Amino acid sequence: MTMTQSELHMPPRLLAPGGTAADLATHGQRYGPLSYGDPAALLRTVAASGLTGRGGAAFPVHRKLTAVAEAAHRTGRAPVVVANGAEGEPASRKDKTLLALSPHLVLDGLQVAAHAVGAGEAHLAVEEGVSYLESAIAHRGDPVPVRVVRLPKRFLSGQASALAQFVGGAAALPSYQNPPVRERGVRRAPTLVQNVETLAHLAMIARYGPDWFRSAGTPGQPGSALCTVHVSGHQPRVIEAPFGTPLHRIVPLNGMSAVLLGGYHGTWVPAADAAQLRLDATTMGAGVLATLPTDRCGLTETARVLRYLALQSAGQCGPCLNGLPRIAAAFQTLATPGPQGATRTDVFRWAGLVEGRGACHHPDGTVRLVHSALTTFATELDAHARGFCTATSPTPLLPVPQET
Amino acid sequence: MDQRIDIDWTSCQAHGLCAELLPEHVTLDEWGYPLVDGGPVPARTLKRARRAAADCPALALKLTAR
Repeated sequence: MTMTQSELHMPPRLLAPGGTAADLATHGQRYGPLSYGDPAALLRTVAASGLTGRGGAAFPVHRKLTAVAEAAHRTGRAPVVVANGAEGEPASRKDKTLLALSPHLVLDGLQVAAHAVGAGEAHLAVEEGVSYLESAIAHRGDPVPVRVVRLPKRFLSGQASALAQFVGGAAALPSYQNPPVRERGVRRAPTLVQNVETLAHLAMIARYGPDWFRSAGTPGQPGSALCTVHVSGHQPRVIEAPFGTPLHRIVPLNGMSAVLLGGYHGTWVPAADAAQLRLDATTMGAGVLATLPTDRCGLTETARVLRYLALQSAGQCGPCLNGLPRIAAAFQTLATPGPQGATRTDVFRWAGLVEGRGACHHPDGTVRLVHSALTTFATELDAHARGFCTATSPTPLLPVPQET
Repeated sequence: MDQRIDIDWTSCQAHGLCAELLPEHVTLDEWGYPLVDGGPVPARTLKRARRAAADCPALALKLTAR
């Protein structure tokens, strides 16, 4: 079993207790009134907190806020703020869970961010099908109006430039980012795109200050993060854990051969190595932790995910369009016991050809997964080449949406 | 400031003109897309690089100062 929240020695900061959605009154009682301060003081507070983005890249929030504010000053255009709740990663549930349980914390953070950069409009981007947010917004009377936008359910919909395109009325596809979205995003205005969990932390920091925020986590990586934990035979669950928490306290490692850290753009780590690791912003991506039991084949799981990732390519950039399907097909060969020929060499060559050669990081993240699988499952790879697989259970493990 | 070759990958359609005009900086991969060396473009090559940018049928080759 995974640890319960109380066993992590930290009461949840973001998720409403008891798994019940917090309405505005409950939210107000729990957290108290929201204070803003002037934007300069707010930026200093965020800098002191050390908050980093929780969408996967762990970029310092105060630097992004400052860059957007400066671009607005330079261009004379009011910035746009976008709360990113797209969560296209199929293995991640934390943003949906946060929006369902604590929508007002996210909406508070969106107002704080808009205030910090001087934005005149704010958008909350979520996946198609989420319905309750307009009524939550209608109860509030926020100074900056918030519009809910619903994104097509695709892996790349939440990519910052795709999101900026979509909010501006175009298709949700990544675009060439020079200048970057923070300088020229929605309808060419400076645009702050921030993950919904990041905004929820921001709302807490605005209320309780940087010292309170730093009372969890480590000096180098302050605060806590939401994680989606996958354990075979159980529903995925979302927990909140401080940075620095040993991974074995978050996911059970006994009887496991490996852990997928950070989701489908993340890395496979052998269970023995994971036992020595702690929750780290630079490796956890958007917080997915999935364990692989010893009776499953990591190559088969990776091949399924790679096929999905290849199909999710927007198909705009040549190397990704050509490379990802070839990598996925070759990996299917590697996942099947039998002669491999030059397949391994092909995978390495194609991985080198797609990395860093796209408008977004989809090829880079895919290659990261490929390399970690080839390393972590090297022994299994050799077994497959000799014609057998050590796995005994063929049941698929990692969630991959059905192909349409 | 140094000028570097940058590719707008969403626009590039693998015409391959850049590799003909700037063979010392651009080669083509097995699918015909440019592999750029990534270094600064020397002053003596700048004129040719600007022409490569202007002549790219997809306007996908950019010279950026960074």
